[in-house]
Amino acid sequence: MCRAVDLQRAVLAKNDAAAHVLRTELTARGTTVVNLLSSPGSGKTALLERELRLAGERGVSAAALTADLATENDARRLARSGAPVKQVLTDGLCHLEADMVARHLHDWLPESTRLLFVENVGNLVCPAGYDLGESLRVVLASVTEGEDKPLKYPTAFGLAQLVIVTKTDMAEAAEFDEPSFRAHVQQVNPGVEVVLSSVRDGRGVGTLLERALAVAEGNHVHTPAMAQAGA
Amino acid sequence: MHEMSLAVAVVDQVEAAASSRGAVGVTSVELDVGELAGVVADALAFSFELACAGTVLEGAELITRTVPGVARCEPCAADWAVGMPPRLLCPTCGAAAGELVSGRELQIREVRWACPDTPHERQRQPITEES
Repeated sequence: MCRAVDLQRAVLAKNDAAAHVLRTELTARGTTVVNLLSSPGSGKTALLERELRLAGERGVSAAALTADLATENDARRLARSGAPVKQVLTDGLCHLEADMVARHLHDWLPESTRLLFVENVGNLVCPAGYDLGESLRVVLASVTEGEDKPLKYPTAFGLAQLVIVTKTDMAEAAEFDEPSFRAHVQQVNPGVEVVLSSVRDGRGVGTLLERALAVAEGNHVHTPAMAQAGA
Repeated sequence: MHEMSLAVAVVDQVEAAASSRGAVGVTSVELDVGELAGVVADALAFSFELACAGTVLEGAELITRTVPGVARCEPCAADWAVGMPPRLLCPTCGAAAGELVSGRELQIREVRWACPDTPHERQRQPITEES
């Protein structure tokens, strides 16, 4: 009974399987999931509040699941949009996993939901490896975070299907070098779209909603080179 | 730090494999960890030891093998090491990588079961995912 065995199992196989089930079930009922990743404080909640409000004005049924280690502040902020919102408290866990999302959707998510935005825990490391059953993964970075953020967090940016720069109204004060940021994004994720946004002056607000709806309608989504893993 | 979640996932899978084989202990677990998997090997080793406590894996050694990131350019039909931070643009022609050949692995490669009777004699026996 002494032997080595080639197990060859993906460590995240359980999460990947749960994510696949979730994506299949939600897609079948007409719900598209958008996973939002960023550092803490880059403006996920502020942008999401605006996008949810816009969805409401346009008659698109959108909902949001927002995750934090503690407090329900984000859910309260997002609820001002009028959209169904639920807070996930991770009790210290640094990322969301597919089965947590599935558990929270059960008995809550309205059947008619077209778009479900999942605001991940503010963290660019841990959430990157976890598929949540999304059809669109969005990574946000604010102009104050530095142009080399995509190089510091290559897995998060490398797997993004859309990159949104936030707080561009502060770009000048922060001396944000947009061409440099774009070049760094392209280095880790060639071909991904970069959108500039500011909730203060309205720039780019609505683009996230448009891209999410395009995905919901079955339009082509960017496939990052990093996601084309032959391994 | 998501390494604890990963360590628990490794332990769960190895425990399941152990119980289906009636294994009494685990000597070592070997993992392939890609350069771009976003995993810190030291944090994983620390978490692994904690996750193993009280399980059939208690005392098992974790061996991690780092797999370098390699991308492929289709027009050039060539591979290159992407490095860190990674460059997914072909160093020859500048085209986007068509594929990441390796570097995102997070895979349990091999498990060695404890061997109370004949500690020095070991035998490899590949098994399928389903067995």
